[in-house]
Amino acid sequence: MTTPTGLVLGIEIDGDGSHPAAWRRAAHPPAGLFDARRLVGLAEIAERAGFAFVTLDDDIVPPGSHPDVTGRIGSVERAAYLSAALSTLSVVPAVSTTYTEPFHVSSQLASIDHLTAGRSGWLATATDSAEAARAWGRPAVTDAAELRREAADAVEVVRALWDSWEDDAVIRDVASSRYLDRDRLHYIDFVGEGYSVKGPAIVPRPPQGQIVVFAGQGLLPDHLVDVSLLTVPDLSGLPAAAAASRTERTFADVEVALDVRELTAAERVADLGVHGSWPDQGRLRYVGGPAGLVELLAEMADLVDGVRLHPLVLDEDLDVLSRLVIPPLTAAGVVSRPLPGMTLRTFLGLPRPVSRYGAPSIPAGAC
Amino acid sequence: MTLADPADVPRPRAQLHFGVFFQGVNHTTIWSSPDSGSQISPLSFRQVAQTAERGLFDAFFLGEGLRLREVGGRIHDLDIAGRPDAITQLAALAAVTERIGLVSTSNVTFNEPADLARRLAGLDLLSRGRAGWNVVTTDNAWTGENFRRGGYLDHADRYRRAEQVLRAARAIWDGWADEPFEAGPGASSWLRPGAVTAAVVRDDLVDIEVTSTLPRSAQGHPVIFQAGDSSDGRDFAARNADVIFSAHGTDFDDALAFARDIRRRLRAVGRPEDDLRILPGTQIIIGATEVEAQEKAEWVRREQVTPRTALAMAGLVWNRDLSDRDPDGPLPAEEPNEPDQSGAFGSARFTDAREIVARWREASQANGWSLRETVIRLGRRAGGHVGTPAGLADKFGHFVRHGAIDGFNVSPYIVPHGLDDIVGLLVPALQERGLYPAEYQGTTLREHLGLRPARSAGQSEKQQEAG
Repeated sequence: MTTPTGLVLGIEIDGDGSHPAAWRRAAHPPAGLFDARRLVGLAEIAERAGFAFVTLDDDIVPPGSHPDVTGRIGSVERAAYLSAALSTLSVVPAVSTTYTEPFHVSSQLASIDHLTAGRSGWLATATDSAEAARAWGRPAVTDAAELRREAADAVEVVRALWDSWEDDAVIRDVASSRYLDRDRLHYIDFVGEGYSVKGPAIVPRPPQGQIVVFAGQGLLPDHLVDVSLLTVPDLSGLPAAAAASRTERTFADVEVALDVRELTAAERVADLGVHGSWPDQGRLRYVGGPAGLVELLAEMADLVDGVRLHPLVLDEDLDVLSRLVIPPLTAAGVVSRPLPGMTLRTFLGLPRPVSRYGAPSIPAGAC
Repeated sequence: MTLADPADVPRPRAQLHFGVFFQGVNHTTIWSSPDSGSQISPLSFRQVAQTAERGLFDAFFLGEGLRLREVGGRIHDLDIAGRPDAITQLAALAAVTERIGLVSTSNVTFNEPADLARRLAGLDLLSRGRAGWNVVTTDNAWTGENFRRGGYLDHADRYRRAEQVLRAARAIWDGWADEPFEAGPGASSWLRPGAVTAAVVRDDLVDIEVTSTLPRSAQGHPVIFQAGDSSDGRDFAARNADVIFSAHGTDFDDALAFARDIRRRLRAVGRPEDDLRILPGTQIIIGATEVEAQEKAEWVRREQVTPRTALAMAGLVWNRDLSDRDPDGPLPAEEPNEPDQSGAFGSARFTDAREIVARWREASQANGWSLRETVIRLGRRAGGHVGTPAGLADKFGHFVRHGAIDGFNVSPYIVPHGLDDIVGLLVPALQERGLYPAEYQGTTLREHLGLRPARSAGQSEKQQEAG
């Protein structure tokens, strides 16, 4: 297995940025958050800049509270909408493992993988909120161990369903009148503590076989995750966090506020600070000029496989990232960018797994 | 048949509405021809949707099945299967189409209302008011085996659950006030204070409290479709639906009787008779001449009902394995078994199997039809319209202007080019006769269908009480 030749860059594009008051500095009025053209515009800038993926945060409950942003369109619908506009950027919707139906989640994510020709991932999250339980009409799951168990069961089921159609299950055999080879379709017969799922899926196997699963470190057993997202407050903690993860890839979450033409990063943070603080989620945070961020990312390239950026204000910071941060990193060979035709797995250097239910595959010469 | 003098028909200016139903299961989609495309590639969906949009269709329609169909405990392997999640696929189509409505069949038994309402509202916003929802119910434990709750719902409760889910969805869709945003730059808050009201639903089958994350769309709410044909299903449609997707569109008298029945039910719940569009599902096969059309229809039917498919379909009616019979021989001599009630073959349950068998035997003996021939002529989804563009246009004009239908939801017999003749030949013939619009009249699905503004959750409740 090969690792990508450089640091993989992703960016969170939900809402207007990572500061709750980011909407006050956004380049569009509040209603613009529901304008599909704005969403496509953001993703296109990220793609041209050389980002490999965007994440789309989500949950069934509002993303914030009055007087800040309380609306958003579901991540799966946004990711699907973006599919037609993109050619190298992968979409990674956040979909919670708590209360959701694993069968539906599996179908939705597999569909996005078909729509994007394999440029998709799943950011598996958990929902620790009584409000979400009320929206689902279910008893609240608040205990951390219980949330982890729910998450593990959900990912196990979703992954099994992705394997439940072998790659060549659609045979279209005119001679025998058979469209499907039913021997290549499999019941998953999952039985967990809370529920069971029969299978097989209703969607053919996704192009990547297994969609790339991202998760915050600690939510899920490592074997169910492809990319761990590490939350560490400073660089010194990063090597230990990376070493503790046995997932194939480790990425770090970094919050960034950059100098823009007329204001320094610190001034921008202070300006929004009038309306409320930028909540500390324990992530690395960089506030400063683009050159400093270039240095930081170059340093991080030796410690992790990738970085997901959380800009203070998308409409301001993404522009600086695309003009002044990523070009020097790409030129120096620190950052690698995906090429058309690559799946996200291919770009991350992850092999395409054969279905767990299938016979061992015969290696094809051309692959 | 020619169009009657305008003065003689009940609806002299009525025009047809078309939807296209991109099938995901069923034997009606031919997969064996070299022209048949992928059932999963985004390009297939895009081509069909864009062709339909070129033909000024109101809606692009996707079905849903939450478990692969089985016959005799084994996955049915003869028909197309394997399709994308409907709302996800439609959200992608919203980006590559401009006008056509995007209708998702979504189950109310194995979806939870807050999640489903939010997904549909998201589609409605991304498409700028073009979303529709075909409300379907399932009660069987067999489908439930794929879901957390299992087979929890009694048959008798399925429409009660549907009603409660729909009421909850409407409350969620109305959660944001009109004009929720503060006007002008420098707003002190993202939304006006008090612009969002939580939807609180305390019913026996839906007990939730939801703060919506989405404003109302350009059409207010997604348009509600309904497809059930039982008396309960028709009443549900009369109370709640904007469009009914019926199985009564081949024979004029049958279509008219159905339409009259629906209008009677509408009156009973206090809705105007023109508040609901009736779009039967159908296949349309077109030829330059009547003979050519019939030859093409014959080819289509034979491709759809292969010898093995004929045996499988007869097996469903008899509820017994007939795969060792001769498809070109006679119908089975034995009486059918008790019908399979598991739901393992979708909505097909054949509770009237003995009646079907009697009818098939009579026709088979009278015409000398083999088993396969009988299934081709009389089997499930055997109906449809065959003819020249001019002949079909006149016939459909008769249907629509006499109030038997408002249009059709057309299932192409092949993907992605099964609509080409309809758009290229039939639509112009209808336009020449004034039976079809020359351009889209609006931008939302509700406008295409000529519907009144979206109804609130409260309205539905009042009507239910009145009914």
